[in-house]
Amino acid sequence: MFESKTGILFIAGIGFFVFAFVSNGALPMMMYKDLPEKTAEQVVNPRLVRQFRNLQDRYPEAFLKAFGELPEPKEIPADATADVRAALIADNAKLEEQVVLTSAEALRLGRQVYVGEGCWHCHSQFVRPVSNESLRFGPVAKTEEYQNELQRPVMFGTRRVGPDLSREGGRRSNDWHAVHFFKPSLVSTDSPMPDYPWLFEGAPDQPNRRGLALIAYVQWLGSWLDSYPYYEEIDHLRSSE
Amino acid sequence: MTALAAPTESAPRHEELVDDRLIMWYYYMALSFLTISMLAGILMAFQLIKANPLSGIELFSPGRWRMLHTNAIAYGFLANAFLGTIHWAIPRLTFHPVASRKLSYFIFFAWQFVVLSTAAGIILGPTFQDQPWVMYLAKTYHLPMGLGAQGLEWGETPFWIDPLSLVGLLLVAYNFMMPIARTKGPMYVSLWYFMAMFVWTPLTVAMGNLLPEYTVAGTSAGAIGGLFIHDLVGLFVTPLGWGLMYYFVPIMLKKPIWSHGLSLVGFWGLAFFYPLQGIHHFLYTPIPMFLQYGAVISTIAVELVVATVVINFFGTLWGRGRAFIDNLPIRYFYTGMVFYFITCFQCALQVTLTFQKLIHFTDWVVGHAHLVMFGVFTLWLFGIMTYLIPLLLKREWYSRTLIEWHYWLSAVGLFIMFLDLTLAGVFQGYYWASMQPWEVSTNGSQPFWIVRAFAGFMMFGGLLCFLYNLTMTVRGEVTQPTSSDSTSVVVLGS
Repeated sequence: MFESKTGILFIAGIGFFVFAFVSNGALPMMMYKDLPEKTAEQVVNPRLVRQFRNLQDRYPEAFLKAFGELPEPKEIPADATADVRAALIADNAKLEEQVVLTSAEALRLGRQVYVGEGCWHCHSQFVRPVSNESLRFGPVAKTEEYQNELQRPVMFGTRRVGPDLSREGGRRSNDWHAVHFFKPSLVSTDSPMPDYPWLFEGAPDQPNRRGLALIAYVQWLGSWLDSYPYYEEIDHLRSSE
Repeated sequence: MTALAAPTESAPRHEELVDDRLIMWYYYMALSFLTISMLAGILMAFQLIKANPLSGIELFSPGRWRMLHTNAIAYGFLANAFLGTIHWAIPRLTFHPVASRKLSYFIFFAWQFVVLSTAAGIILGPTFQDQPWVMYLAKTYHLPMGLGAQGLEWGETPFWIDPLSLVGLLLVAYNFMMPIARTKGPMYVSLWYFMAMFVWTPLTVAMGNLLPEYTVAGTSAGAIGGLFIHDLVGLFVTPLGWGLMYYFVPIMLKKPIWSHGLSLVGFWGLAFFYPLQGIHHFLYTPIPMFLQYGAVISTIAVELVVATVVINFFGTLWGRGRAFIDNLPIRYFYTGMVFYFITCFQCALQVTLTFQKLIHFTDWVVGHAHLVMFGVFTLWLFGIMTYLIPLLLKREWYSRTLIEWHYWLSAVGLFIMFLDLTLAGVFQGYYWASMQPWEVSTNGSQPFWIVRAFAGFMMFGGLLCFLYNLTMTVRGEVTQPTSSDSTSVVVLGS
């Protein structure tokens, strides 16, 4: 058996491989089969929508060209009758649905840019329970966070030249990210991160569709957590106009 | 054992078994991709020390070229060089030619197509990612359709290439399994490794390129991704590497392998334990803890198995130690084995949760990867090429001095890189754990990254010596018409 063709083909070749696959691959698959996998639309949340709208406010021309105009929900007059109110609420729900679809589109594209540009080779997306990581980055990673379409394949990462990004959403403004992607050394003096000027039309305030999508994706990371920070009053810009 | 016996009267002639020209083609392609890959590595090294001369040019994005670096090594260099070499080894071990010579040529061109399209996809894909039809596919099927890389290490090959490479691997398996199937009697050790590899590689590639992208998401995809990146080294590169060592070392030392029993232990130990370890790449993730423990234990187990293989080979060298000095291929092989032992010893330590706490995500792991892929398998392939190219071209090497330079620059450069990155990893781990600002870790890494760049230059310089030597040898006249059905070809300096 140990030196025969059948032994090597069927026991070492197929047998041991299948044994390893079942015990190390199929087992976790079965363990998590009850955790439903969410689509990109399902993981869009109000925090992301706020950031996405903020991108529209900050870079209106670029945003219009890239994603069109995000519909604003209509205000419901205080003296509206019950019928009018119900109709408006239904309308707003439809508009909101449209915003979610556009945001999901941006998330998908943003993730593809993130993967295609190799961001994940220098930035991990999981916080370990050791090495003070939960103090530095935020809560330790949980399985549920990874059960969605945007984690195909999962973005755990294997190397950190730059910091973990799984709790990055909301920590820095969209402007910061725009300048940082354009030329990281402008805001992070010693950063060895490459410049990504091709995500912009020549200037940091003119992100193109890929650039906007990437910023939206990064702002989404961790936006599902209770620990989501609000460092900047991002609604301020709009109300002052 | 039978395969090592002197060729009998009825044994087919070398020309009927082996296509020398095709092997050289494979080597030319392998060396071209190795050159590109090393240039890509140098680009990334420049980026890290903030001296990238091509900064801001989309097609020279360091992030994309970093993926080209690893993919060109795995699929461009290692796969081509290994495919070329088994075109020599398997027919000569079995006394039967490959299933079809035409198929061999077809596979050659198909494989170059796969590698070049992977490169094109990685470099150009992200630029053209935003095509409406791609995004439509992604939206409709909820799949991460990308024209560029996919998000799994060594699985970066764009999605439309995956099926092609899988078909290619099945054709390779068919082409080489035919001569193996035709042999009678017990098989030599190398053939065990090759046979198992022909089964493992398509399975591994199918698993890694289909499941985490199309079937499962999240944590379980992480487990499968770990299996994939580990199996690609363990079940594709490693069996080919050791199989070829079992073939070339006894030929060059003109004596059989020291212990047949240890060969058995080594093969079956590897076959059983190696596939079980993938999850050790993702310790402390949400993957269930008992699976992480299992991966750690089987990793430590395989290192014991590996020790038996290394002992077996040093037992074979025993009494012929002089060959390490004056037989250059042997020197390459045994240097690789010393590095292999260091790799595995290191692995048994670093795979533990204690070490992982500190060194995961650091340059320690990068140093480890270079030690395996360059220090072991690339050096072995350099040794094999140093031995085979004079036989294939039927002429002596242009310069032995250049071969020496190639050896010393490669081996010393690699070892410096390994030590440097290992140390860098320890520093980075402590910087992070001590909660200092992030820049402290990148600034503190600068001296290490500068040394790493120089080590890379050394390795690249070694390759340039080899390429120059090869060019001059090809241009030179046929000086030594080798009787190539003899396995006792005189090698350099022996």
